[in-house]
Amino acid sequence: MPIDILMPALSPTMEQGKLAKWLKAEGDKIKAGDIIAEIETDKATMEVEAVDEGVLAKILIADGTDNVAVNTPIAVIAADGEDVSAAASGAAKAAPAPQAAEAPAPAAPAEAPAAPAPAPAAAAAAAASVPAQAKSYDASSEFPAGAEIVSMTVREALRDAMAEEMRRDADVFVMGEEVAEYQGAYKVTQGLLQEFGARRVIDTPITEHGFAGIGVGAALTGLKPIVEFMTFNFAMQAIDHIINSAAKTLYMSGGQMGCPIVFRGPNGAAARVGAQHSHDYAAWYSNVPGLKVVMPYSASDAKGLLKSAIRDPNPIIFLENEILYGRSFDVPKGDDFTIPIGKAKVVRPGSDVTIVSFGIGMNYALGAAEALAKEGIEAEVIDLRTIRPMDIETVVASVQKTNRCVAVEEGFPQSGVTAEIGMKIMEAAFDYLDAPVARVTGKDVPMPYAANLEKLALPNIGEVVAAAKAVCYR
Amino acid sequence: MAIAARKTKTGAPAKAAAKTPAKSASKGAAKTLSNVPTFNKEEELHAYREMLLIRRFEEKAGQMYGMGLIGGFCHLYIGQEAVVIGMQMASKEGDQVITGYRDHGHMLACGMESRGVMAELTGRRGGYSHGKGGSMHMFSREKNFYGGHGIVGAQVSLGAGLGFANWYRQDGRVSMAYFGDGAANQGQVYESFNMAELWKLPVVFVIENNRYAMGTSVNRASAQTDFSKRGVSFGIPGEQVDGMDVRAVREAASRAIEHARSGKGPYILEMQTYRYRGHSMSDPAKYRSKDEVQRMREEHDPIEQVRARLTREHKVGEDELKAIDAKVREIVNDAAEFATHDPEPDPSELYTDILLEPARA
Repeated sequence: MPIDILMPALSPTMEQGKLAKWLKAEGDKIKAGDIIAEIETDKATMEVEAVDEGVLAKILIADGTDNVAVNTPIAVIAADGEDVSAAASGAAKAAPAPQAAEAPAPAAPAEAPAAPAPAPAAAAAAAASVPAQAKSYDASSEFPAGAEIVSMTVREALRDAMAEEMRRDADVFVMGEEVAEYQGAYKVTQGLLQEFGARRVIDTPITEHGFAGIGVGAALTGLKPIVEFMTFNFAMQAIDHIINSAAKTLYMSGGQMGCPIVFRGPNGAAARVGAQHSHDYAAWYSNVPGLKVVMPYSASDAKGLLKSAIRDPNPIIFLENEILYGRSFDVPKGDDFTIPIGKAKVVRPGSDVTIVSFGIGMNYALGAAEALAKEGIEAEVIDLRTIRPMDIETVVASVQKTNRCVAVEEGFPQSGVTAEIGMKIMEAAFDYLDAPVARVTGKDVPMPYAANLEKLALPNIGEVVAAAKAVCYR
Repeated sequence: MAIAARKTKTGAPAKAAAKTPAKSASKGAAKTLSNVPTFNKEEELHAYREMLLIRRFEEKAGQMYGMGLIGGFCHLYIGQEAVVIGMQMASKEGDQVITGYRDHGHMLACGMESRGVMAELTGRRGGYSHGKGGSMHMFSREKNFYGGHGIVGAQVSLGAGLGFANWYRQDGRVSMAYFGDGAANQGQVYESFNMAELWKLPVVFVIENNRYAMGTSVNRASAQTDFSKRGVSFGIPGEQVDGMDVRAVREAASRAIEHARSGKGPYILEMQTYRYRGHSMSDPAKYRSKDEVQRMREEHDPIEQVRARLTREHKVGEDELKAIDAKVREIVNDAAEFATHDPEPDPSELYTDILLEPARA
């Protein structure tokens, strides 16, 4: 039997990649362990190692092909003793590539799966539980008039925000694990070392507690550090400095000693990375006076809010999301574009029910709004963008119109951000409510690894739709 | 070396601190330099005045705590005065100081006003933090004093961060991060040591070994009781210093600060010192004998050492010393008076100083 080589998934969230280069030609003998191709993910260029042996009978995907979905057959190997030309022609009518979104996402090792094992139905990768970017997210009302609009990923938007602010202010620097020479564990700091040099783009040892404290100490003197955590899960090691040293010093010093620092990095669930790498900390940090907590969804908000965060004289928790890094949105060009911290945004007008969320929760909110529209329910969707200070006024204004509200987050339910939203609405708009505020959250369990369980642990569009219908009594 | 070996009540033998003289502190190897330098008369008088101010201030704070004027935690520096004064005598304008919660002495040594410090202890509006910080949390940008931190060990990373800022700005300043023998066992201390040496940050780590982390003696908490060796694996040079002798402190501090300022990276000074009072005002100090404390006071008191030299070697008369004492008492009494009658903060202050207003773009 000829063996298909499939496009491998090379990161927890990879859905597609570029087949950058074949290192073997048709007719070449292949041994296990040979490097046969290079694949570019959105984070890095990876080598693909052969697992099976034989002769490379046919290359199915040419050098330089973009957007090759994970698990697409990219080549065929004729095993020892097999007829190479028969294998090659057999491959010509290879089965259509499986849907990328349904592909299991094998963990990092760069290997070509030996055979197209049928993807178990339950193994829909976590990525599949997150809908593709909703078309209805239109941020253009905040773009400067006449600005040129470009499509860019959240990752690029974050990088541009840092680069622009570093050009603007010599006191701004970036520190963290792998931010410099590696170009960022998630490529968010790509190119910064080359432009700004090693004094301003600083690779740290793996010592979150220590380098967070060093960042805070530097900020107390007036420097403006951007401290990247590889994920906010690791910031648990540093949370003492974030809360006790950064957030409280201004108050404890009677207003003398501010701490202009940004702590940023991916937060919340990625895909299949287990309980210790999937925690959403929005509610934790939002509990602390002295901090501002920002959690953008779109690329333009990511850029505009990160620029505001870097310019802000206070400690800012800037919560990103690994799954969103690769999503593209319209972003206005220009160094002056900022989005104010503490302002929510109505991203979809509607009259029947208010759906409020933030960060990746917007995926469910917007997806639900589209589904509800088909059933004649017009949802008004609000992106909170900043968790603390919370712009509850925008939410209340909407609830006064719709009289119904569903709050959505990926975090845990107890003492969650949606719990706070519900309470605030009760305090400010109880008399306007025609139904109790509903919430859709991550389930009250540590994040499981199994694909089906992880999918169950996260919110989904169906739950938001059901909640919206419930508060509409439909 | 000042501190004599003895057994504590808990039975843990205090290690003999006496060291043989060493010529120099080689990189990564803890050595003691005991050829104690001499001070001239002006230096002795300066040290005497400054240490006495801390002593009298702390005694007054203890008294006011007893009167209920000071609340919460109050950690007195009595006995350790020579450490911060000797360090400050070797530092330059612009060098930063950061410490833990036993911080009153450091603030006074940095030149912060007695009134402002005492009024913070009493929680009044004229305190350095307008009554919002208390004994453990005061700061002065003007005097380069960066707190005043209540989480044991946090000031070590923060102090390395001050050194980082000096390195970033290349401004020739040195940061001095003080911490105790207890804090020296915290993990972040070693994370900070590693980065400070890796990046050659201008920071001096001053370990004030007063032999008790709250109630736990050094021998019961530390596998390596020679704290000057705590940087060995990072290649950070360290010295044990007689922290009861202000001259020895200044001498070692000069060496350490010069090392840091010249771009060679951090330096560790283990100051062997002793606190006469309990850990805090509510600590009866049952973990050590009264006799141990008494002997330290009688044989090694940092202030009495200077006073004796002033009398014996510099022929300073009793009248002149009494005049200094009177002046110091006047400052402290004035501070106490101010701190007793200054009003509490306005209730509206509850909601101020939480966030700074961003500058208009």
